[in-house]
Amino acid sequence: MISTLGKALILASVVAATAGAFGGIAAGRSGSASARRWTWRLAYLFAFLMLAANALMEYALIAKDFSISYAAQVGSRGVPGWVAAVSLWSSLDGSILFWGAILGLFIALVAWFNRDNPAPSLPYAIGTMMAVGVFFAFLIAGPADPFKPVFPAPPDGPGPNPLLQNHLLMVIHPPMLYAGYVGMVAPFGLAVGGLLAGSLGRDLLKPLRTWLLVTWGFLTVGIVLGGWWAYEVLGWGGYWAWDPVENASLLPWLTATAALHSLLLVERRGILKGWTLTLILATFLLTILGTFMTRSGVFNSVHSFSQSDIGPTFLTFLAMALLFSIGLLSARIGVMKADADLHGGSSRESAFLVNNLLLVTLTLTVLLGTVFPLVVEAVRGTRISVGEPYFNRMAVPLGVALTFLMGIGPALPWGTAGLRELGRAAISGIPGALVFAAVGLVNGSRNAWLLVALAAGGFAVQVTLQQALAPAFARWRAGGENPFKALASQLSQGSRRMGSYVIHLGVLIILVAVAASSTLRQSSEKTLRQGESGTVGPYQFTFLGTSAVDEVNRRVEMVRFALSKDGVVFAEANPKMNHYFAMREPVGTPEVYSLPSGDIYLSVMSVDQESGVVGLRAFWNPMVSWIWGGAGIAVLGAMLALWPSRRRSAALAAEAKSAAAPAIAAGEAAP
Amino acid sequence: MSDAINQVAAPLPRAQLPKKSGMFALGALLIAGGAIAFVGFGGLGKNLIYYWGPAQLLEAGAKARGATIRLGGLVADNSVKYEAGATELDFAVTDGEKTVPVHTKGVPPQMFREGIGVVVEGTVNEAGKFEGSRLMVSHGNEYRAPKRGEKLGEEQIKQIINDAKDEQK
Repeated sequence: MISTLGKALILASVVAATAGAFGGIAAGRSGSASARRWTWRLAYLFAFLMLAANALMEYALIAKDFSISYAAQVGSRGVPGWVAAVSLWSSLDGSILFWGAILGLFIALVAWFNRDNPAPSLPYAIGTMMAVGVFFAFLIAGPADPFKPVFPAPPDGPGPNPLLQNHLLMVIHPPMLYAGYVGMVAPFGLAVGGLLAGSLGRDLLKPLRTWLLVTWGFLTVGIVLGGWWAYEVLGWGGYWAWDPVENASLLPWLTATAALHSLLLVERRGILKGWTLTLILATFLLTILGTFMTRSGVFNSVHSFSQSDIGPTFLTFLAMALLFSIGLLSARIGVMKADADLHGGSSRESAFLVNNLLLVTLTLTVLLGTVFPLVVEAVRGTRISVGEPYFNRMAVPLGVALTFLMGIGPALPWGTAGLRELGRAAISGIPGALVFAAVGLVNGSRNAWLLVALAAGGFAVQVTLQQALAPAFARWRAGGENPFKALASQLSQGSRRMGSYVIHLGVLIILVAVAASSTLRQSSEKTLRQGESGTVGPYQFTFLGTSAVDEVNRRVEMVRFALSKDGVVFAEANPKMNHYFAMREPVGTPEVYSLPSGDIYLSVMSVDQESGVVGLRAFWNPMVSWIWGGAGIAVLGAMLALWPSRRRSAALAAEAKSAAAPAIAAGEAAP
Repeated sequence: MSDAINQVAAPLPRAQLPKKSGMFALGALLIAGGAIAFVGFGGLGKNLIYYWGPAQLLEAGAKARGATIRLGGLVADNSVKYEAGATELDFAVTDGEKTVPVHTKGVPPQMFREGIGVVVEGTVNEAGKFEGSRLMVSHGNEYRAPKRGEKLGEEQIKQIINDAKDEQK
């Protein structure tokens, strides 16, 4: 019954998506209003069908109906309800189904928010997104069908991978990352629409920027949460290992970040149109490549749940999308004429250009290191992987250069900068650079790269704060307004500029924290008997003993430690060893004790009941919690940048009220 | 949202600079990008990690020295030398026929024992001994421990290496 209904919903969505794709193209070509209306209706219908199919699968999972193949594959009578609910994305077929729901939502939302947008490119855009929908719906209908009937239904299932049951972050990391991947279909569709219609007007640029930024926000959160999950669950003491799966998510993030910046040049100067669209198309292709790499089992990791046959389908789709993009770009890029030439060497425009160059270089480097092992295995049949030093060697200098650029760029004026302006920009952040480097030196950093990174970070933080607070500052000076009130009203108006500086601030915090945590990290591996102690970083840990708790699906062995500094105990930390009844081998859960200066990270390797000896890996990871905080700030910034601007109306009101209004406007208009 | 657009200075007149400058800039970008990619590619060869079984490692002989190798196989019977509480561990990795002695520093994971599949990342030192820097126990759900004395095929060693990847992430 559920199986039949699920299949019917998916088949209907294939039909809806196909009809919508043709309808969109037809509406774009003919300009027919009724074709456009039908395309929009089909977009909503597709979203509804996908959501309904997901709701049905959720029902099967929660009701533990093992006559449905996916529920039988990941379900287990022994797991709590919330685990059953989130196991929708704990394995391949379910995650593709869930993917379809997010895709439907994105298409429907883009359609809804642009229902009155007259841009001739929009019907093409919706049609393109629906064409992508055809592929995903086909994937769910065939190669990754989660609704296969199972007869006879097994009495119980194995339950999801224990690593995925171990932490609440697993509930939010995948949906965020999926939204960040799938959402790229929106900018992709809009860019293709622009190319097909041969125009890149403001009514297209606005949704393009909005949806690129929305998806960028999701992707950022997804990547950071993935790192956080690895850090809290996997027990090797780090959050990033240049694993193929991590790289797969970083690649579209890099190109999307580049596109967000070059899009600003398109809006302000009317230049780099073709380049920006190329970046957006590349971003979408990279999300498909990333999905292929993480889901098809070509790389073995916690993400490639099992070998599957979706690989060839994905590869075919990737090849088709790549050929289509190249063909479209080569045929239509000439239509996108620049309204101006790029000016002088030392303007803010150049800073954006260098930003794009650095981000694309980083993308190519990471792509090369990620795909190279696949090529070698395909050609020579030998298995290799690319070690972290390769990535670090490239990413560290490029990252430092990007950090510095986040400082010098906003300090440069638009247009053409003279030597004096250039000089002023070059010294503007020096105090911040000196302060950050000095703090690093005082805290024992002797690593040259770290000091350079800190200086660049300090430079950029100072310039960012100056630029972000300039309007409020001007307001305070001009109107004698209370500085906090001035800042609050600036924030409440929702400002794109303010938002982007807040994003920069968040990213800078992340970059500095990553630099510090990766260079100043300390670790020790020890075996301890009860009462024995060890030292890691500035702290000591003492093994107090073990205790066990029985839960529904596992037995949890807690290994208790007292944390102390200079002999004074200040906390207890309990890393765990989980014995899942469905698994042969135990899975450890590390304990992370966070302080502002860093994390004490304890991970149990082994517990020997007979001798009472525990094997322990301990890490001192400086500043790691700042990474999670920085990501939060970046997301707040993205929301601020997306917030509908009330500035114009506010400015009108202010003009009527006080003579200070021109000063405000001047303050805000001086970038 | 449109505030930035409103305050744009009037677009600069076209053709203030010759059109060639665009091509020139593009060429400069390509050259710079190519140079960096070349540097990156150069670094690639030195930072590869090879996935080998004991037979392949012995075959490579002196050529293997200095390279980072992920050695997969079974922990040989009666080869483990480890005192509870110590952090020096000696054992041998075998495919049932060829055996490579391994030395590592650190605490062995809970599941480590003779006969289990392991992956050791490390290098062959001057003395020809395998010096491990990371030890992972292979524990895939689908993994079937081979019978004692059975020789491991290439596919099985691949499986062991794959299954151990979760752990090190």
